Amino acid sequence: MEKSLSFREFIITRLIQTSGYSAVLFVLLIFFFLLREGLPTISEVDTSSLMGVRWYPIESYFGILPLITGSLIVTLGAALIAVPFGIGTAVYISEIAPRWMREILKPLVELLGGLPSVVLGFLGILVVSPYLRVFLDLPTGLTAFTGSLLLGGIAVPTVVSVAEDALDAVPRAYREGAWALGATNWQTIWRVTLPAAKSGVLTAIMLGVGRAIGETMTVMMVTGNAPVLAIKLGSLFSPVRTMTATIAAEMGEVANGSTHYHVLFFIGMVLFLISLIVNVIASTVVFRAKKRAERILS
Amino acid sequence: MVDKIVIENLSLQYSDGTESLRNVSMGIRQNAVTVLFGPAGGGKSTLLRCLNRLNDLTEVKASSGQILIDGENILDPKVDVVALRRKVGMVFARPVPLPMSIRENVIYGLELAGEKRKSKLDEAVERSLKLAAIWDEVKDRLDDPAVALSGGQQQRVCLARVLALQPEIILLDEPTSGLDPISTGKVEAALLELKKEYTVILVPHSVQQAARTADYAAFFLTGELIEYDDGRKMFTAPKQRKTEDYIMGRFG
Repeated sequence: MEKSLSFREFIITRLIQTSGYSAVLFVLLIFFFLLREGLPTISEVDTSSLMGVRWYPIESYFGILPLITGSLIVTLGAALIAVPFGIGTAVYISEIAPRWMREILKPLVELLGGLPSVVLGFLGILVVSPYLRVFLDLPTGLTAFTGSLLLGGIAVPTVVSVAEDALDAVPRAYREGAWALGATNWQTIWRVTLPAAKSGVLTAIMLGVGRAIGETMTVMMVTGNAPVLAIKLGSLFSPVRTMTATIAAEMGEVANGSTHYHVLFFIGMVLFLISLIVNVIASTVVFRAKKRAERILS
Repeated sequence: MVDKIVIENLSLQYSDGTESLRNVSMGIRQNAVTVLFGPAGGGKSTLLRCLNRLNDLTEVKASSGQILIDGENILDPKVDVVALRRKVGMVFARPVPLPMSIRENVIYGLELAGEKRKSKLDEAVERSLKLAAIWDEVKDRLDDPAVALSGGQQQRVCLARVLALQPEIILLDEPTSGLDPISTGKVEAALLELKKEYTVILVPHSVQQAARTADYAAFFLTGELIEYDDGRKMFTAPKQRKTEDYIMGRFG
């Protein structure tokens, strides 16, 4: 009896340990694979060509700049939409809405976060882009702006959910302190609650941006997929192509082991690097805030 | 002396039914320290929070009665709550310094009220920190973060923050519960100064503090006002048996 019990303990411990290690292992393997397939690009393609503005893989033009700017402009637009809208919603849910409203809204927002992106892309093609084309009088409705609009919609639930948790965690005493000093509800939110929840709100923004930059399906469906350098303000209203959409669209038809194939993996590395930077910034901000909180409490 | 505040038949019940007030009537004198004491859950804090309408923001099931300040019923829904809270300042049990410098903490309420003139603000900083008996300790480091101060100093900065608004009434909810005896002594000394200009209502954190500071004292038990009298009489010769038991430490 005694022995079988300790044997079971041993097995369970090992199982949990193995799954823990394998999670790390898988990430490392993916990273290794990405490097193995992507790094040959550097020897196969000139840096000047790689940094060029023309992406015609068939004619061996591998300029990835238009793809990077495409991703950035769509993400930036999405952030400009998702951040104010998301934080506004979070403030409403956490600070203004009556309790029953909060209990309806919170699960609804989280449900929205689970919506498959292909469904949103579908909505984008059928509803948003024709409407934008007519309303803004554009040659086509499939533009960076359309992508931003939908990506913003995808990022909003993430931002709302995380920011609302952060606002909720602000001690009630802070709010009461402000109210007792004669602050109006709005002054309390703007000058006490939001600053106190700053680190959580920043994390929410970072996670939202991270969600937007990695999104593939929707942007592939609605941004028009034209690899054009997008650095002017007007580029927002013309078709662009993002890094994610390029990989998804071209990986299926590329010859295994060709230069084009390697370049696609190289783009994957760039994407990986960008989301790594976003994540590192987010966790540094949270880490700093935690340390400060500990200092105050001690 | 006139009654600054008149409470008439005030009853209140929270939604979860925990703490409540039952038919409380009392008058509170101007320029005196009135102490509300009694065991936990007796309604002292609830009464304080009625006086600046902070209870508006909690779930209250039912309330009745009225509170007159200078003859005006402040429980009237038409009353400007923001203006009321500037007139009736409050200091909490745990000091809540906002995450900014000492100076900014003190002028915070004034800024919220729209005061921008630097001379006025500087003057308010010095005047209220002096009144709160902490000017000498912080005058050379007004731009340091307020959270870096000790608990006792933080609490006096919070008191100064309230004083900066030049209220007429000051509510203190166990302001020294987290403080050491020396800091407590400083806060109590500040209160004795304050009553010359203000009406002070204090929920003390011990019977001893009640006895030390009270000009008038009110004993609350499970939401009822048991006894209300001159402080000295209350703590030497209470009329009610329950009050005597509590003061002598026989229960509660």
